[in-house]
This record gives sequence, C-alpha cells and structure tokens, in this order.
Amino acid sequence: MKKILVPIKRVIDYNVKVRVKADGTGVDLANLKMSMNPFDEIAVEEAIRLKEKGAAEEVVVVSIGVKQAQDTLRTALAMGADRAILVVTGDDVQQDVEPLAVAKILKALVEREGPDLVLAGKQAIDNDMNATGQMLSALLGWSQATFASDLEVEADKARVTREVDGGLQTLEVPLPSIVTVDLRMNDPRFASLPNIMKAKRKPLETLSSEDLGIDIRPRLAILNTEEPPARPPGERVTSVVELVDKLKTEAGVI
Amino acid sequence: MSILVLAEINDSTLALDATQRAVTAATQLGTVTLLCVGHGIEQAAVQAATINGVSGVIQVEDAALAQRLAEPTAALLADIVKGYTHLLAPATSDAKNILPRVAALLDVMVIADIISIDSTDTFRRPIYAGNAIQTVQSLDAIKVLTVRTTAFEPAPCNQQASIKTATTPELPVLSAWIENSVSSTERPDLASSKVVVSAGRGIGSAENFNIINQLADKLGAAVGASRAAVDAGYAPNDWQVGQTGKVVAPDLYIACGISGAIQHLAGMKDSKVIVAINSDEDAPIFQIADYGLVADLFEAVPEFSEQV
Repeated sequence: MKKILVPIKRVIDYNVKVRVKADGTGVDLANLKMSMNPFDEIAVEEAIRLKEKGAAEEVVVVSIGVKQAQDTLRTALAMGADRAILVVTGDDVQQDVEPLAVAKILKALVEREGPDLVLAGKQAIDNDMNATGQMLSALLGWSQATFASDLEVEADKARVTREVDGGLQTLEVPLPSIVTVDLRMNDPRFASLPNIMKAKRKPLETLSSEDLGIDIRPRLAILNTEEPPARPPGERVTSVVELVDKLKTEAGVI
Repeated sequence: MSILVLAEINDSTLALDATQRAVTAATQLGTVTLLCVGHGIEQAAVQAATINGVSGVIQVEDAALAQRLAEPTAALLADIVKGYTHLLAPATSDAKNILPRVAALLDVMVIADIISIDSTDTFRRPIYAGNAIQTVQSLDAIKVLTVRTTAFEPAPCNQQASIKTATTPELPVLSAWIENSVSSTERPDLASSKVVVSAGRGIGSAENFNIINQLADKLGAAVGASRAAVDAGYAPNDWQVGQTGKVVAPDLYIACGISGAIQHLAGMKDSKVIVAINSDEDAPIFQIADYGLVADLFEAVPEFSEQV
C-alpha cells in the first residue's frame, strides 16, 4: 500500500464543558481549548502504525475548516504523519462545515492524491454526526467499514472488525476503501518534543474550497441552539435502606 | 408527506422496539410506509405490519442484503426512496452505517439522532455530547433522518397492514461478510430496558461484575458499563453507555462506581430517575443523580440486592 489519507478535525477539547450562547446562535467557542478530535487521533495512530509495520509508505493528513486547523495538522505530523493538506473554508470558527461538503472536498483530494486507504474517525465530538466517512465512500463508489476496532491490511484488501450494537462484526473490504475507527482500535501516542520540532519542517500545503471548486453552502439552516433542559436537584441518601425506600415509595420505580 | 421508514432487522429478526419508536416519529410527518430489507425476513415483515400507523410494508428480499452491508443496502434505499419525502430509521449502528451513504448518493445531508420534530423540515438534535440542542431546518428535497429511539414512545402493535414484495435492482457487492461475534445475554436489551444497572472503573474486575449482574437480575434490568470499564476489559464493548456507545433513557438508571464524565452522561442523562453509588462524594455523577449514596459499591450493591 502506497498511501493512507487521514482526515482530521479541530474541535473543542473533549474535557471542556461547553456553554451555549444566550442569543441561541450556537455554542461559544471563543478562547476555548481546541484539540484534535479524539477519534481522529486514533485514525492517525493507526495509519502511522501501518507505516511502521511496512504496510504503507506515506501518511497524508488533511483538515478542513479555519486556518487555525494547521495546529491540529502539526500535531498529526508530530505524531508521525509525513505531510499535511489544509483546506481553508472560511475564517469564522463558529462555522462548522457540514459532512456532505467535507466529503465532497475529501473526494477531490482523494482523486488528486490517489490513496489506497482513507482512515477517518467515526464521528466528531462537536456535531456528533457520524456521517463523513460513509458519505465520502458513497461519493467515491468505494467500500466502507465503519466503527472499526481492528484492522488488518493485506495486499489488495483489508479485514476489519466493527463494533456493532450486538457485539462485533468482521468484514473484508477490497482496497481502496474507507475505514472509520472506533475508540478501541488503539491508544494514540503522545508527540515527543523533538518530533514536535521536526513537524514544523514537514510540508503543509494550504488550499481553499474555491481552489477545489466545491460548493460548501450548508443544506441545514441552524435556527436555534439551546441548553438541554436542566434536571431538578437531587438528594443524598445515607443508607441503602433509605435508598430502596425512596425508590419504592417516592419515585415508584422499583 | 410520504414517509419511508427502514425497519431495523438483524439476522432476519425484527428489532421491534426500535422500529416501533421510529414509526412513532414518522407518523408525526405523514403517511408511513415501512421497508423491510434483508434475507429470510418474511416473519419480520409480518410482525412489522402489525405496528400501528404503518400504512403498508414493502418487503425486499435478496441474498446480497443478508447482513445489510452498507454498499448494497444503501444503493437499494437510494433507489426506493425516490417518490418519498422522508427516509427515517432508528439510530442504531446499522442505520448509522447505511443512512449517511444513502444521503450522499441522493446529494442530501443526513440529520443524525433527532430527538423531536418541529415540522416536516425542522428537527431538533443534540450536539456536543448532548450539552446543546440544535434546531435545524433542512433545505434538501428528501430528508434523511436517524431517530434517537429513547426520545419517542413505541407505537402499539394491533393492526395488519398489507405487505408488498418489491424486486431488487442490480446491487453493488463490494465488501464480504466474514463473521459476527454476538455477545449472548438473557437480560433485557440495553437500549429499551426499563431499568439499567451500570458499573464503571470502580468495579475493578470482570469477576466483580457479578454483584452488578445480581442486582440487575433482581430488578429485571439490563447491564451497562462506562468506557473505563469496557477499556479495562471488565465488560464487552456493546455494554458501553455514552456518547460513543448506546444512548439509554430508562425509568431507573443505577450508576455504580461511575465518576460521570461528560461522555458517559451523554448516554444516560435523560433517564427518568438516576441513582449514583460512589465512594467519592465529589464525583460529577452526583450533580445529575436524583438519589446519591456515598458508599463503597462492594458493600452497597449486594445490600441493595438483598433489599429488593
């Protein structure tokens, strides 16, 4: 396998408790810690491991969004990716590009780069859509293996174990293919300081969605963003006896 | 509005509860046709036809659809859905695999995990692990939606709609199915159980899950787990409750030795009554628990089993 393409997304750090803006226009992303989407870290890690095993020659990472996403790409380069492509779609950090538009941009890049495998995260923790990999696969007419927890690559095919509702499912997909990764595929490495320094000299190409001629206008108009309803405050009980009594008499659930 | 609902079918068996809930959502939009796709699904189609609100069932039977692999199933759906205004399915791993592929084939967006329907083109869905609710209006000709099943009640089953068999077009077969490794359980289905007992890292080992299982059996409950418990190998991955696992909303959710990370809360904070048993009185889980007990779960959980 010559090349693996890994799409990565810059999202709010998974530990940050988000705040909804009072005017209902969205979630306040100003001055918050941003990181690589956790699922994408796993995809980058898997691609690098395949390269280290000699199963791939080059790992190319790509991010789509604001220019600050180059920090996310540098992180992936520091982990071990060879080269990065940034597609700038605008300068508003609040503007999330929809999965369909992202898939179209990725399709254009796949056609240019000719990877044998696209490794993506199963979902982004901001929009929680879980759609981009499947959409890209459809646009390319390729096979797909989603929610992967294990991946074995052979010459012209891959064997993938998927996490499904009832347990695990194993598929064999012909290459080129798209695999979206689940949490249990691996533990991503931390980038070492020397590798962070080296990553600054690795190639990072910047394009725009116009360069690629892709229409990224949203298909979904966001009318409102609000806080979920708050739960009424709970109470502390001091013993199991009291707990069971409250569940029987007060809550009536057992 | 003409609505097509993809019935959830696993290994020729109808997942009745999930399908009933998706039908409830669909009936808010218009006339509902239920689509049963797979191999050896005659019984599933007959059962699906009993769901109230379903005006007709289309049955599509093909060996290529046996495991509902994404490529042939999405190609079939993209063909059949022309003539409908909406395509819905319960937000299971099966539908999350297939529907985005269908949407892209139709050049429309998918709207994942809707929790309510404001109008025929406007829907609400949670984002940021359920910490915000977004209202979106679709500008697309065909709306492709997955339905968060816990947000809709199951439609009752006491009718008999007609069943029509459709022929399959030429379907692309790209992937090959090798095997399923299904975790067997006698307990209720996690996603639809009225009571769920879950454990986290605090349980310490797979063997210690026995005390959780005992309590679950006493309560007729399903057993869940946090990511920490699954990652540590204490529980299988399909028990995971949370942003990346299953979303549950039972009448009673009992969290034992679970700290309450944002990602776990995303999967259970719509439960009607939440109980937390944790030895750390500052654990975030206590902030959303209706009843909190600061105690060692190895003492409290067996005592709980004795009391009920």
